[in-house]
Amino acid sequence: MREYTYYPGCSIKGTAKHYEESLISTFNELGIKMKELDDWNCCGATAYFSVDEKMAIAISGRNLALAQKEGRDLVAPCAGCYLTLRKSLEFLNTSPEKVGKIVKELKEIGGEFPFTIRVRHPLEILINDYGLDEIKKKIKRDLKGLRVACYYGCQVVRPFTDFDDPDYPTSLDRLMEITGAIAVNYSPKTRCCGGSLTGTVEEVGLRLNYILLKEAKKENADVIVTICPLCQFNLEMYQDRIIKKYGENIRIPVFYFTQILGIALDIPVKELGFSRSVIPLNDFWARI
Amino acid sequence: MEIERKVKYEAELDKNFLREIIELSHCEEIERCIQCGTCSSSCPMAIYMDYPPRKIMAMIKEGFKKEVLKSFTIWLCSSCYTCTVRCPAQIKITDVMYALKRKAIEDGVYPARFSIPVLDKEMTKIIKSTGRNWEMGVVLKLYLKTNPLGLLKMAPIGLKLMKTGRMGLKRESIKNKKQLRNLLDLVKEEVNA
Repeated sequence: MREYTYYPGCSIKGTAKHYEESLISTFNELGIKMKELDDWNCCGATAYFSVDEKMAIAISGRNLALAQKEGRDLVAPCAGCYLTLRKSLEFLNTSPEKVGKIVKELKEIGGEFPFTIRVRHPLEILINDYGLDEIKKKIKRDLKGLRVACYYGCQVVRPFTDFDDPDYPTSLDRLMEITGAIAVNYSPKTRCCGGSLTGTVEEVGLRLNYILLKEAKKENADVIVTICPLCQFNLEMYQDRIIKKYGENIRIPVFYFTQILGIALDIPVKELGFSRSVIPLNDFWARI
Repeated sequence: MEIERKVKYEAELDKNFLREIIELSHCEEIERCIQCGTCSSSCPMAIYMDYPPRKIMAMIKEGFKKEVLKSFTIWLCSSCYTCTVRCPAQIKITDVMYALKRKAIEDGVYPARFSIPVLDKEMTKIIKSTGRNWEMGVVLKLYLKTNPLGLLKMAPIGLKLMKTGRMGLKRESIKNKKQLRNLLDLVKEEVNA
């Protein structure tokens, strides 16, 4: 089994702790080894690219160089980190002349340039490296038709389209279905949650999330499953405000895909971060 | 009410704007735009924009610099890349929007007290000093600078995060700050040179 370097990112150490807990326990259960990147810094997300491109690439460059020294592919579970690191990696490797002096420095840190490591998302690793057939062999608990709305969001499937279809991806649906769950037709599966707009322009942010929640309810989904900390946060934390504003019951639990997979692998629930849900889960537990 | 001319004369347009943005976005393809409107119809934010993306592309080509840089459009773009993957002319529209954001900040012409550029700038400041983002710190600063009363509305969310152990109260820092600073200094040196 291949080994990876793990890039947690800032959200996963804060608002998305249950993503880390469930990711680590499911990967352990499957025997996928990850070692956390020592002294990683924040990826800068969309903010840094909006302010200063060269500096954005420099701070991502440091993470990439540190990972290059380790020599293993870098796993970034947050969609924002995944894309920022991958975009910076491509930029550095294909147009080093545009960033100038830092390249020499990065080579010194990483020991090699152009970088040879790749930036990966855990979902993609499960599908491409581990394989659904292998995962299926380890499934111990049948999720008995749990209705799951698989929400991909933006930055794992775009702009890089080598992993799945940018408009109609299916990898997460297929992964969920081997657990015995039913992936409902979820038409806004790649429609944006607005990212930080919930905090900056509420009117816009709330409506985007209202649409996503409402569509999941329309399909009688029991839960929404996400692959990104910001999507999960927006869909879960703003439910009270959305219900108040639109006067509709869109209450639904919002999980990370690793939490649902973890249940199917029969990992003890307390290791999967379910206690961190702010939505009551009584109906959910009764359902499975 | 003040009566002003709503139509711009050609002599008032900035003919260098297109080249400038091509360079900043590394996207030569802007010139190829066929005005099909695939971007605008794909954009989940278009209904809130003063100029939808199709119009922005046309305005860049014609040199409507002031209008483009002052628009809310560029800040409402949430980088979902839907337009980028669908554009038949392969224009990296999202990257063009990033270039416009940077140009607007550089020229100091973004909408005053508008929260999105404030968030971006506050976040980069925190990262520059410690190497890590601090979710709670950024949110606090953002609201204090743009909408202090908004903090009241955020309080219930903050409490829930605290209760479920999802709020990082401590500001984290990387160990090798010197290494990060050195990289950022090298960038600065080169830009200044």
